[in-house]
Amino acid sequence: MFKILRKEILGPEMVLMELAAPNVAKTAEPGQFVVVRVYEKGERIPLTIADFDRTKGTVTIVFQKIGKTTHLLGTKNEGDALADVFGPLGNPTEIESFGKVVVVGGGIGIAPIYPISRKLKSKGNRVISIIGYRAKDYVFWEEKMRSVSDKLLISTNDGSYGEKGFVTDVLKRVLEEEKDIERVFTIGPAVMMKAVADMTRPYSIKTIASLNSLMVCGMGMCGACRVTVGGETKFTCSDGPDFDAHLVDFDELMKRLNIYKEEEKLSFEKWKEEVK
Amino acid sequence: MNVNKKLTPMKEQEPHERRNNFFEVPLGYTKEEAILEASRCLQCPTHPCIEGCPVHINIPAFIKAIKEEKFDLAIDIIHESNLLPAVTGRVCPQEEQCQAVCVMGKVGDPVGIGRLERFVADLDLEKRRKGEVTVPKKEKDNGIKVAIVGSGPAGLSCAADLSRMGYDVTIFEAFHVAGGVLVYGIPEFRLPKAIVEEEISMLSKMGVKFVFDFLVGRTRTIQGLFDDGFKAVFLGTGAGLPQFMHIPGENLGGIYSANEFLTRVNLMKAYKFPEFDTPIKRAKRVAVIGGGNVAMDAARTALRLGAEHVYLIYRRSREEMPARAEEIVHAEEEGIEFVLLSNPVRYIGDEKGFVKQVECIKMQLGEPDSSGRRRPIPIEGSEFTIDIDEAIVAIGTTPNPIIAKTTEGLKVGRHGEILVDENLQTSVKGVFAGGDIVTGAATVITAMGAGRLAAKSIDRFIKGEI
Ligand SMILES: Cc1cc2nc3c(=O)[nH]c(=O)nc-3n(C[C@H](O)[C@H](O)[C@H](O)COP(=O)(O)OP(=O)(O)OC[C@H]3O[C@@H](n4cnc5c(N)ncnc54)[C@H](O)[C@@H]3O)c2cc1C
Ligand SMILES: Cc1cc2nc3c(=O)[nH]c(=O)nc-3n(C[C@H](O)[C@H](O)[C@H](O)COP(=O)(O)OP(=O)(O)OC[C@H]3O[C@@H](n4cnc5c(N)ncnc54)[C@H](O)[C@@H]3O)c2cc1C
Ligand code: SF4
Ligand code: SF4
Ligand code: FES
Repeated sequence: MFKILRKEILGPEMVLMELAAPNVAKTAEPGQFVVVRVYEKGERIPLTIADFDRTKGTVTIVFQKIGKTTHLLGTKNEGDALADVFGPLGNPTEIESFGKVVVVGGGIGIAPIYPISRKLKSKGNRVISIIGYRAKDYVFWEEKMRSVSDKLLISTNDGSYGEKGFVTDVLKRVLEEEKDIERVFTIGPAVMMKAVADMTRPYSIKTIASLNSLMVCGMGMCGACRVTVGGETKFTCSDGPDFDAHLVDFDELMKRLNIYKEEEKLSFEKWKEEVK
Repeated sequence: MNVNKKLTPMKEQEPHERRNNFFEVPLGYTKEEAILEASRCLQCPTHPCIEGCPVHINIPAFIKAIKEEKFDLAIDIIHESNLLPAVTGRVCPQEEQCQAVCVMGKVGDPVGIGRLERFVADLDLEKRRKGEVTVPKKEKDNGIKVAIVGSGPAGLSCAADLSRMGYDVTIFEAFHVAGGVLVYGIPEFRLPKAIVEEEISMLSKMGVKFVFDFLVGRTRTIQGLFDDGFKAVFLGTGAGLPQFMHIPGENLGGIYSANEFLTRVNLMKAYKFPEFDTPIKRAKRVAVIGGGNVAMDAARTALRLGAEHVYLIYRRSREEMPARAEEIVHAEEEGIEFVLLSNPVRYIGDEKGFVKQVECIKMQLGEPDSSGRRRPIPIEGSEFTIDIDEAIVAIGTTPNPIIAKTTEGLKVGRHGEILVDENLQTSVKGVFAGGDIVTGAATVITAMGAGRLAAKSIDRFIKGEI
């Protein structure tokens, strides 16, 4: 069992949990994820490691409540335990001294982009961060992001905080203004990552996206997470989750994310009835 | 002598009934039936059956004990060489192993060795349920730590033997339960999961420690395990990497690897969705690609999830099917439709990205290939399509590369299988390997045999003999 040591509400439907998982914490690196199972009958869901503390033996997850499993997870409190926290999984994000880099995070994707930015910064890169939220209420980790960025740009869809618009609107300007951008990192909804890839492609700036395919095993033995990258089938969990965004077939990824729409709805409705 | 030439029949669930449930198909022998079957054994002095069993169970001796109604003795004899008889009695390809060489086979049906093994094992489990347990005898603890990676049949038998020798054994398993393919692959109706769990619980009683949610290669490297104080490591990580055909449309919704399909159903209990949270598509027309045991299991599982048509598409003819004869018959009885000498060339999807058709090409058999089976050759212009709403690809698995990728100096072969010497030691000192990770997809009992051999080798390694 894996105990919840700290719980924090980050915003509407957004929750942070610090979990006691010493085996995971010991070897975790930015860009890796865990597979969590909340209880005996639960499904296995992947969640990025948003932070870790090797001495305390903890990992931090940040999640958005969207369906049954994430809502159920959200009902758990400090002192409760989760059935499984499996990891760290996936390849760590490749981080070197690139020079000038841009990180683009959208919504819940801002949490996993934080440890990546931190490591980029510690390797001496000049980090320009672009983070986007739905609205002011949804803003979280602004200060954390600022502390690891040379420049922090914020947007909200409705303009209630920072610039009005999408992260791609901001990115467009940055690409026009800034020279010598060596690499772009992006994490967020698939549509957003696709838009980022489309935008950097004409500039030939290498762009790395962390994909969020559906998963079952998380270790390369089921193929649930397969994606097409450069015309080849890859497994997100074991070959990724980071891929060259210019080569990813995002349309296929988005279709595959919808495979269980009906079942997910059924499961969520049933749960809402039960907890009423 | 007047012995019955025919195998004592075993009751089974009727096909029309069982295709609607996940309960076990063969129901096991009663005491009377078991004694009757045991009396067919000739107790031959040459007993070729023992050689035929990969772990060399003293078959005539345990059968004699059954005949004399000494059931406790029978189980003790089996346990000396086989830790999981309730499992092997059900899933061993006996007709190719112990029973293939049984002398009775020359005059009639071979003795039902597997069925008898299952009978005594089930009786033993029943006693254990009543609390009448006898934990196997152990040497004195020696405090030497050994790590077992993977809790499939190979890892479990290696752990059991080392524990009996007095070692301090820890099994590291990636999933949240022990058993490997026994729990995530082989379906409930062939091998009830409760039985696997009961058999494995004996190991914890013997003092073997289990650590779940632990992926060696990621959670810890092999070097990391040595740093943590383990003196030797056994890799029993199986052949879990699913193969795809890499044909157009293979990533459409509704197309699964057999591993994913079976893992959802068996391990995550998706057949009980929405009581359990993991979903599975309940399709009406299913294509299963392949002709092995895994394909049969997937096809029969799809049927039980409510499919009206399950097409088993295989590129050779029925004679070449690698699945066990018994399973092919079971599948056929339940109404699986065999589409032989055919091979998929592409999948066609709808606008939402779900599969709706598979296009196949007819095949003919040419000259035998390196495997000795006749090679299938496509017949030009013979393409045809089948309407489907789900496909399950069961064309084989290879070893997962995670450990090889993260272990310096570990030598692997062409298909990613770990290379070992005659003692099952790998190219890295103190690291041993056995089971499917070495042989490629094989059988439960060969994996167990490898686990036992590795245990002996590890003991010798620790004592400085190799
Ligand atoms: C490597 C990886 C890392 C991830 N990290 C995080 C994270 O740090 N924080 C976080 O909130 N979420 C993360 N996700 C997504 C998270 O796994 C899903 O939100 C979760 O599985 C949803 O489960 P549910 O039962 O609540 O919703 P469901 O009812 O299963 O899903 C509702 C809808 O959400 C979408 N969805 C379902 N599964 C996923 C998925 N795996 N990825 C994206 N969308 C999905 C689907 O379109 C679906 O229709 C990550 C996914 C991956 C693959
Ligand atoms: C559907 C199906 C049906 C079958 N039917 C039969 C049958 O009827 N009869 C028969 O004899 N055989 C059958 N087989 C084959 C048989 O199950 C295998 O040969 C046998 O299980 C191999 O045992 P193993 O211990 O080598 O590996 P596995 O049983 O594959 O176990 C390996 C274990 O290691 C774990 N693991 C993998 N990598 C890591 C890692 N890096 N760190 C930690 N843990 C890890 C896995 O999660 C798994 O639990 C079948 C196989 C399948 C898939
Ligand atoms: S373990 Fe398998 S091969 Fe050996 S005797 Fe039992 S059924 Fe036969
Ligand atoms: S070969 Fe057959 S008949 Fe002879 S001892 Fe073995 S099981 Fe009995
Ligand atoms: S989730 Fe199973 S292979 Fe990636």
